[in-house]
Amino acid sequence: MIKLTHVSKEYPKRGFAVRDVSFHLKKSEFAFLTGHSGSGKSTMLRLIHMTDRPTDGAVRVTGFSSARITERDLWKVRRRVGMVFQDFRLLPGRTALQNVAFVLEVTGTPTKAVQSRAQRLLAQVGLAPKASALVNELSGGEQQRVAIARALANDPFVLLADEPTGNLDERATRGIMELFKDINAKGMAVLMATHDLELIRRHPTARVFELDQGELVYDSETSTKPQPSSVPQSEPTRGD
Amino acid sequence: MYALREAIAAFRRAPVLTGLSAAMVGLALFVVGLFSLATYNLQLALSLIEERVEVVVYLRDDTRQSEIDQLLTELSALDEVGQVRYLSKRDALERAQTELPEFGELFLDSEVNPLPQSLEVELRPGDRNPEVVERISDAAERYPFVEDALYGEEWVDRLFTLRRVGAASTAVLGAAFALVAALIIGTALRITIFARKDEIYVMRLVGAKNGFIRRPFLLEGALAGIAGGILASLMTYATYHGVHTYLFDISWVPNLWVFIGLAIGGCFGTASSAVAIRKHLREI
Repeated sequence: MIKLTHVSKEYPKRGFAVRDVSFHLKKSEFAFLTGHSGSGKSTMLRLIHMTDRPTDGAVRVTGFSSARITERDLWKVRRRVGMVFQDFRLLPGRTALQNVAFVLEVTGTPTKAVQSRAQRLLAQVGLAPKASALVNELSGGEQQRVAIARALANDPFVLLADEPTGNLDERATRGIMELFKDINAKGMAVLMATHDLELIRRHPTARVFELDQGELVYDSETSTKPQPSSVPQSEPTRGD
Repeated sequence: MYALREAIAAFRRAPVLTGLSAAMVGLALFVVGLFSLATYNLQLALSLIEERVEVVVYLRDDTRQSEIDQLLTELSALDEVGQVRYLSKRDALERAQTELPEFGELFLDSEVNPLPQSLEVELRPGDRNPEVVERISDAAERYPFVEDALYGEEWVDRLFTLRRVGAASTAVLGAAFALVAALIIGTALRITIFARKDEIYVMRLVGAKNGFIRRPFLLEGALAGIAGGILASLMTYATYHGVHTYLFDISWVPNLWVFIGLAIGGCFGTASSAVAIRKHLREI
């Protein structure tokens, strides 16, 4: 599925954003990627999406290796990896349906099938009634649902989510997490970057990766020590 | 199909921006159009002067008719020669009286016709240059009964120097105007591409192929170029009409030039768009 082998990403001015990270995300797995701001979470997602290339090591995504794939073939990876962001990145001035249909059009879905498939995707994220609403008229939670529907358009095997609940209130956050769980239950892997430890605690079955200054300091599947950012776990935390 | 639909939709979604970019393209090509109009009329004027380039072979008074016929036949057989006319002494006198009326009395008073008989050698278009006229003049002068062969050496040289300067400045200025037009078109299209950077970003994000992303922009560039070309043609025609009606007589450029202009507008638009989108795709 997704395999990172000694992956490092160094920027000329900023230095290392990710340093010597290795892990394997399996099919249908639900995982959180956590860490402080600047710990390298977003860089990690960009490396998996192959928006960025590692300076060392290799990212392998369903048979495509970052070390060998050409610029010309990157679209093949991007169609297999859905991505959503904290700021949604929808096309303003277009309806929810048009935003989803746009993706289908540009990735070669036959014109006749575009509208019905876009409607189905919006229904899947519970937004069918708002299909004809302009995205800038929707709430944050609704906009994120449109973004998720858009990410699902190519029927990817994994959904990468970069702080998808960062701009949402508690209720909308719960709704989005439910949606992610539904999507995951249907067999799609989900890798979600968040610094919200409370959110992670509410999903104890999910795998957790923690990054600190670009290094992978915790993997709930392999580490025997407690997760560094949650220590001391016995002390009351905010919201408890 | 998608590319065409998107290109047209882009015009509809941002009519002011696309209208402005087409106007910028139009203005840039208008300068090229005005330059073409001026160049064409200059060429036309030079061609009219050029038509008068001919070699006049003056013959001795005692030249026999058979010799004249032989020279006429031999000169006519040359590839560069279009037509050879014989002008007798009497014909020369009559022409002088008609064309130079101020000397009319002088010619009438004279008992002897002072003007020589001659052969006027007209050259084919494309061969009216100093090298050819000199060669024909030299060939004619080899005959013993030829008094002289003249072609206005000095003004022919000047005419061709002027023509060469004209051609060089046309090439240099034309290339400069075309370059400026290309830069303006590129800037105009870059603005429209920048306005759609979110769309390009989403397309890249979801795995649209680069060729697919480029196509609507290339088409949009071509349409903007053609629209600008039409606008430039209309403005150039209006200028021509104004000058022709109120100032002096000039000619409109051949229609082929207009079609070539439109095609160049389309090509400029496409090429500028290609450069701009290529740069943009690298940046995202």
